[in-house]
Amino acid sequence: MCTTCGCGDSELVPVELHEKILAGNDRAAAHNREHFRESGVLALNIMGSPGSGKTAVLEATARVMKGVRLGAVSADLATDNDARRLQKAGIPSKAITTGQACHLDAELVHRSLHDFPWRDLDVFFIENVGNLVCPAIYDLGQEANVVVLSVTEGEDKPLKYPVMFQKADLVLVTKCDLIPHLDVDMGEIEDALSRVMPDPRILKLSARTGEGMDAWRAWLETMRGRMPDGRTGTAHTHAHGHAYGHSHEHEHEHEHEHEHEHEHEHEHEHEPE
Amino acid sequence: MHEYSLVEALLRRVEDEARQRNATAVHGLKVSLGELAGVEPELFRTAYETFRTGTLCEKAALEIVRCPAIYVCPSCGKSFARGEVLRCERCARPARMDEKSDALLLESIDMEVP
Repeated sequence: MCTTCGCGDSELVPVELHEKILAGNDRAAAHNREHFRESGVLALNIMGSPGSGKTAVLEATARVMKGVRLGAVSADLATDNDARRLQKAGIPSKAITTGQACHLDAELVHRSLHDFPWRDLDVFFIENVGNLVCPAIYDLGQEANVVVLSVTEGEDKPLKYPVMFQKADLVLVTKCDLIPHLDVDMGEIEDALSRVMPDPRILKLSARTGEGMDAWRAWLETMRGRMPDGRTGTAHTHAHGHAYGHSHEHEHEHEHEHEHEHEHEHEHEHEPE
Repeated sequence: MHEYSLVEALLRRVEDEARQRNATAVHGLKVSLGELAGVEPELFRTAYETFRTGTLCEKAALEIVRCPAIYVCPSCGKSFARGEVLRCERCARPARMDEKSDALLLESIDMEVP
């Protein structure tokens, strides 16, 4: 009822919310992240254009990380080709067919976990739909975003798709073996990245020749070392943390005898926000 | 074209809020879209026009506040122009993005309550 004069008319009230439109997705992503961290699984969101080489990088990763248990879900609008390729490369994989959806969301990832042995993994790759726009805005619960950019795509792609690159914790510049055959200038790619990323981290590699794969492996190992329970590669699914501080800048592996006294909700030092 | 799924999430949220407050109608919505939110405001509006039919928002006006991308040096406060290298040479520090730059927010709803 109208409170001004009591006339019985309905009243127009402004409701202030200031909340994220994707709050629902963010909640599902936080839930996924909690699962991954509890189990010490390094989850990575692999994004990039169609044909940028996302699947090829993962195939090559399997060749250089033999002792590490890798797994993947691979999103595609219509086929399960990528998941089959990864499976063949020795990475247990599952396809997520998104139909008309141009991106993965946290709920799709969560559903894919239900019948996939992700807890047994060291590194879980979430290969997103090939697309430089939409996947960028959906948090999936990953530890880091890796954006794959091939040298054949043109030096100015970062300037054209700033949102995707701004969200990247690491950019993999792929197909570098082709540089001698192209009119591409690596310096220009790096320059473009520095104009959309405040602190760009870039690795140049070729999945075909293996160039740069050592640096990528080292990055993955560093990320694994920063995982909340600092796993050494053995499987344990119980939740535990370390009692000494909230910084993950240390690189050493730590013991698992400390008490679990806080959630690991803090951001890592390398993350942009 | 993720604008459609965003608008679906938006409408669901507005309907929940309206139901909780026993609102009889929604007159207006205000959203903030950052330049780096990855959302095209015109597409967002088109998606809204398409999806609001048959919902409580059928007659609700959509106000879109566009927020520019803003980068500043965390030490000296220098701001960066579009296309500039996002690193402060003087302070040798990477720029920091203002949080509204990638805003994707439902700011407020004007609703009619009995």
